[in-house]
Amino acid sequence: MRRAGWLAGAGALALGAAVALAQGSPPEPRRQIPNPESGLNYATPETRAIQEDDFLNPAFLWVEEGEQAWNRVEGTAGYSCASCHQDATVSMRGVRARMPAYHPRLQRVVTLEQQVNICRTERMGAPALPIDSRPLNAITTYIALQSRGMPVNVDISGPARPFFDKGEQFYNTRRGQLDLRCGSCHEDNYGRYLRADLLSQGMSNGFPTYRLKEQRVISLQFRLQGCVNDVRGESPPMGGEEFTNLEFYLAWRAQGLPVESPSVRR
Amino acid sequence: MASPIGQPRVRLPAQARVGEVIEIRTLISHAMETGQRRDQAGNVIPRDIIKRFEAKFDGETVFAMDLAPAISANPYIAFPFRVERAGRFEFTWTNEAGDSRSATHEIRIAG
Repeated sequence: MRRAGWLAGAGALALGAAVALAQGSPPEPRRQIPNPESGLNYATPETRAIQEDDFLNPAFLWVEEGEQAWNRVEGTAGYSCASCHQDATVSMRGVRARMPAYHPRLQRVVTLEQQVNICRTERMGAPALPIDSRPLNAITTYIALQSRGMPVNVDISGPARPFFDKGEQFYNTRRGQLDLRCGSCHEDNYGRYLRADLLSQGMSNGFPTYRLKEQRVISLQFRLQGCVNDVRGESPPMGGEEFTNLEFYLAWRAQGLPVESPSVRR
Repeated sequence: MASPIGQPRVRLPAQARVGEVIEIRTLISHAMETGQRRDQAGNVIPRDIIKRFEAKFDGETVFAMDLAPAISANPYIAFPFRVERAGRFEFTWTNEAGDSRSATHEIRIAG
């Protein structure tokens, strides 16, 4: 009886695999770090103290700027963000947790930054804001705050999958004069010191983040540029296809971790 | 050319008991450019710092601080204050060009 049950189970499994093959859907990716840890666990107590106190956290200066920008009419259409999306604390809740996401009309994955600019150029008749500029970081920080505490949950299925795969490929490609892949530090050596730096798992759940080194809020793709430069590679541009796909892959790596934006890192 | 001093943030209780020691916390948005850095073209970025913070209670200075270039951007300044009576705080940040920005807060006596 037990054997029969096992056989039936195996049959169902084989059938499932056959169906998956027939539909051509790629196998589920497996995470190198199944139970990821936030970069918060790799921060010093002093840095954690700044993040845990919203008054002390300088990123809240950006939050306040973002809140003002949310309600400010800009562009030829006479709209603000609030004209369509009303109260951000309601309408933007969860948005940071599920971005980047596949955009059906554009047929590619877009980041939160790019989505803000899509709204600006297509709906508001306002110019796109430069990626990682202070006004754009202010808006994304304000939007991201509305998802704080919610688990990262990006959808990599269906048409989004090829972009995910490209991001994964970028992640696992050795680059630069130091010939390192992202995982050389953030999967093979996290928890160990690289000179004075304690290597984290490179989880993206805290972005946008107030980086003490830069003394400002930075976007994830600015940090990615820093990583590529650190291995003495040539960085692709912020806002470009490579980093957008990588950001998508990174979000999936951090799937399930709570959104900490705006976090504070060294 | 000094950059404008950003929006100040101040937090203190709206009311306190006589003799109570409260904590006054302030944060100001400012670049605190040291004058030691260079831009991409190799030119020195001119020094631009807030040089003075003053807290007055009903016109009398109760806390003041000189700031130096080594202090981080967006300076956070907190200090304790013993409440003796109701009154009005005025906090002022002044940069090296002489521009300043102020915030005021009232405090009441509880009970």
